[in-house]
Amino acid sequence: MDTSNDNSERSPDAGGEVSQPRMQVERQALGERGTYRQDYISFLNYSFFYGPAQVLYDIELAMPDRQVTALIGPSGCGKSTLLRNINRMNDLIDGVRHEGELLIGGESVYDPHLEVISLRKQIGMVFQKSNPFPKSIYENVIYGLRVAGRKKKSVLDEAVERSLRRSALWDEVKDRLHESAFSLSGGQMQRLCIARAIANDPEIILMDEPCSALDPVATGKIEDLIHELKENYTIVIVTHNMQQAARVSDRTAFFYLGKLVEYGETQQIFMNPANSQTEAYVSGRFG
Amino acid sequence: MADAEKEIFPCPMKRMKGNENSVRNVKTPPGEAGVWFASMGLALGLSMVVLLFGLIFVRGFGFFWPVPVMQIELQDDSEAAFRGATTFAGALAKTQQRTDRIVSESVEEFERDQDEESGALATIVDTYTEIQLFVGNRDFYGQSFRYFREDEIQSTTFPSDIVRAERRIEGDGIFYPQRIRQVDGSEITVDEDGFEETMARLVREARARRAEINRIDRREIGAINLEINDIHLELRYLQRHADEGEARERRIAALEERAERLRESFAILEQRADELRQLNRGNTLFFQRADGSEGQMAIGDLYRFHYPNRIGIFDRVVLFGIHFWDFVSGYPRDANMEGGIFPAIFGTLVMTLIMSIAVTPFGVIAAIYLREYARQGPLVRSVRIAVNNLAGVPSIVYGVFGLGFFVYFVGGSIDALFYPMSTEMNVPTFGTGGILWAGLTLALLNLPVVIVATEEAITAVPRGVREGSLACGASKWQTMQRLVIPASAPGILTGMILAMARGAGEVAPLMLVGVVALAPNLPVDTNFPFVHLERKFMHLGFHIYDVGFQSPDSEAAIPTVFATTLILIMLIVALNLTAILIRNHLRKRHKASAF
Repeated sequence: MDTSNDNSERSPDAGGEVSQPRMQVERQALGERGTYRQDYISFLNYSFFYGPAQVLYDIELAMPDRQVTALIGPSGCGKSTLLRNINRMNDLIDGVRHEGELLIGGESVYDPHLEVISLRKQIGMVFQKSNPFPKSIYENVIYGLRVAGRKKKSVLDEAVERSLRRSALWDEVKDRLHESAFSLSGGQMQRLCIARAIANDPEIILMDEPCSALDPVATGKIEDLIHELKENYTIVIVTHNMQQAARVSDRTAFFYLGKLVEYGETQQIFMNPANSQTEAYVSGRFG
Repeated sequence: MADAEKEIFPCPMKRMKGNENSVRNVKTPPGEAGVWFASMGLALGLSMVVLLFGLIFVRGFGFFWPVPVMQIELQDDSEAAFRGATTFAGALAKTQQRTDRIVSESVEEFERDQDEESGALATIVDTYTEIQLFVGNRDFYGQSFRYFREDEIQSTTFPSDIVRAERRIEGDGIFYPQRIRQVDGSEITVDEDGFEETMARLVREARARRAEINRIDRREIGAINLEINDIHLELRYLQRHADEGEARERRIAALEERAERLRESFAILEQRADELRQLNRGNTLFFQRADGSEGQMAIGDLYRFHYPNRIGIFDRVVLFGIHFWDFVSGYPRDANMEGGIFPAIFGTLVMTLIMSIAVTPFGVIAAIYLREYARQGPLVRSVRIAVNNLAGVPSIVYGVFGLGFFVYFVGGSIDALFYPMSTEMNVPTFGTGGILWAGLTLALLNLPVVIVATEEAITAVPRGVREGSLACGASKWQTMQRLVIPASAPGILTGMILAMARGAGEVAPLMLVGVVALAPNLPVDTNFPFVHLERKFMHLGFHIYDVGFQSPDSEAAIPTVFATTLILIMLIVALNLTAILIRNHLRKRHKASAF
């Protein structure tokens, strides 16, 4: 795999494929792992503003398909903002604007013809605090399908079992699917949220510090899960935990003060960082 | 132990209350005085609530309790003597100290009373204890309550054969029954065996006949009256429009025929009712009052009677229950002074329900828009302030608005569109006060309460839930509908509870938009179309005002007022309890959304 800097990873024609088919179609055409596109999610000269305050500066970043990309950096460096822009969750805030381009599978997420709802249906998201809905476990998992108007019971049942199995929760909850989601433990709740995120069979899973509120055992389970999930999904994870980034990710991007300082293979970032700030941060000397 | 703690925690720690040992050793933090103030405030508030509710409960329930009747003998020269008689019998209502300041009425008296040295007027002060007795027999005494000076009472007895009787008119009677003359002319006197049984049987029979008379009056004659009124209205309307030829003539003929038939059945029913009334007048009870005067009454006018000094505690409890039931299920009579308050309870309930049904959707929709969709800025802020200030507008202003907008404008428009006859004949249907307009006026009054409560409930739904839903591809409306509104339902219900409590107790605006002291019909009955939202109605709050302050004998009205207040409070508590139970159920479903 390419170990060079992020800029060179972007294939020059990636943004230009205007008539690209929908992401799903494209996925099927791809073969084995090595042939997945390297610029599945790509930020091109991307800047982002909360009102007058700029929080991201000229980000150039391409995340490969079916791999885990970790975003690290001190608090307030813009990594969460970057993550939340991938499914346009930041649109909910008044007075935000962006410059540059953000492409997924070659298509701009800001395409006026693309409905933000259909975009979000293809991107699952897991939040820092587990946020199960005040409904049963079953209803939590199929929430995305319900709002998409799916009603057939066999489809829903199948989705529940598949998602819960993939999120390694099935054996623990299969006998109490119709109990409240709040009866689960913290780690189980977070895995339920992962199940909910993958029930719609998305392309991408965004994780915003998914383990920050969990104990080491639950964290270990989630990390194992991430390993399994990357077979099928492209995962972007924000984490404050350096070891976690090293353990779960294939690639790591280090942000500082809204700028992308260094991006590369995780091993390289941790063992042999090119930038002195990166080295200071990953070795724990600052941040 | 405490010293060691001090070393570890150099500043005083806040402690749990039960841990006395360490509390004593820790210096009181400066904020503690606030606790005292807070607890004093609570104590003050609590004691006011307890006092008020205690008074209403004791006096309210006391109204139904059959108390003993005492017979007193006054001194011969007592001023309280009535037509020369000095013997009275009655139920003790209250005992009080009274101080009379006797003011000189003439110049001679003034000079006599003047203090010789200072020239100041020496007031003669007379302090004594007096008792108030419910003597009943208003037809005889002119009022139900009389005061007696305790020092004038020579003797007090509790005669066991005195009867307290609930009568159709003039309130309760307190007397000794003497004899009964039955319709066939036979007589039975009090000394004979089986007198009491005969009296009880006759009263029971009379009650059954009265129930039948009421049924005929309210149901059958009521329905006929409604129809005849409609026919008369249409006839008068048709006679005004004398230009529509044959069809009109046929219609008039048909209506007149129908009216004639109705009048016939009316006459038959009326005759049957009259027969029953005649039967009820047939048996006469002769009695003697405590002072020895004699009287008589038809047993048909005697609703219930009991021997207040003879019955045991069990009978008293049973009577208490019967009185209570009569009060809540009966219809008022004798200028609302006697009988029950069922129409007022029913009217209050229906009006409160109409109000809740109207206020909740509007309030919730307004709150959702304000909180979720409107761009938060100066405009929304000022709208919110305006809404909050609406809660401070005097309720009578809402009444005036309801009269102008709902009654005259909306109601008048409905009449103009759908009831051309009522408009032209100047007999408004919806264009006059009615229970619907009263409910809507109160809904308007309570809109701020529901909006504020709903907004707060919506705001309290955690951000994580919304984000999670949106991230699943739900639209904003789906998020609202599936998660935010269900999760804030308990809070919305809290708003409804507050609105109901305020709405059910509100009187002033209702006086303008449809409440009456005595409504001939209930807003819901067995006559098509069963729900008559245009009708005027009775309301407990207004009933309290009417009985307490508009009745000829305000002294006699006080117990009724307390009882009505008690029922109103019980009704509000029942409504609130229902809502609270629903809320708790919902909370259980959405519990632990604490993140």
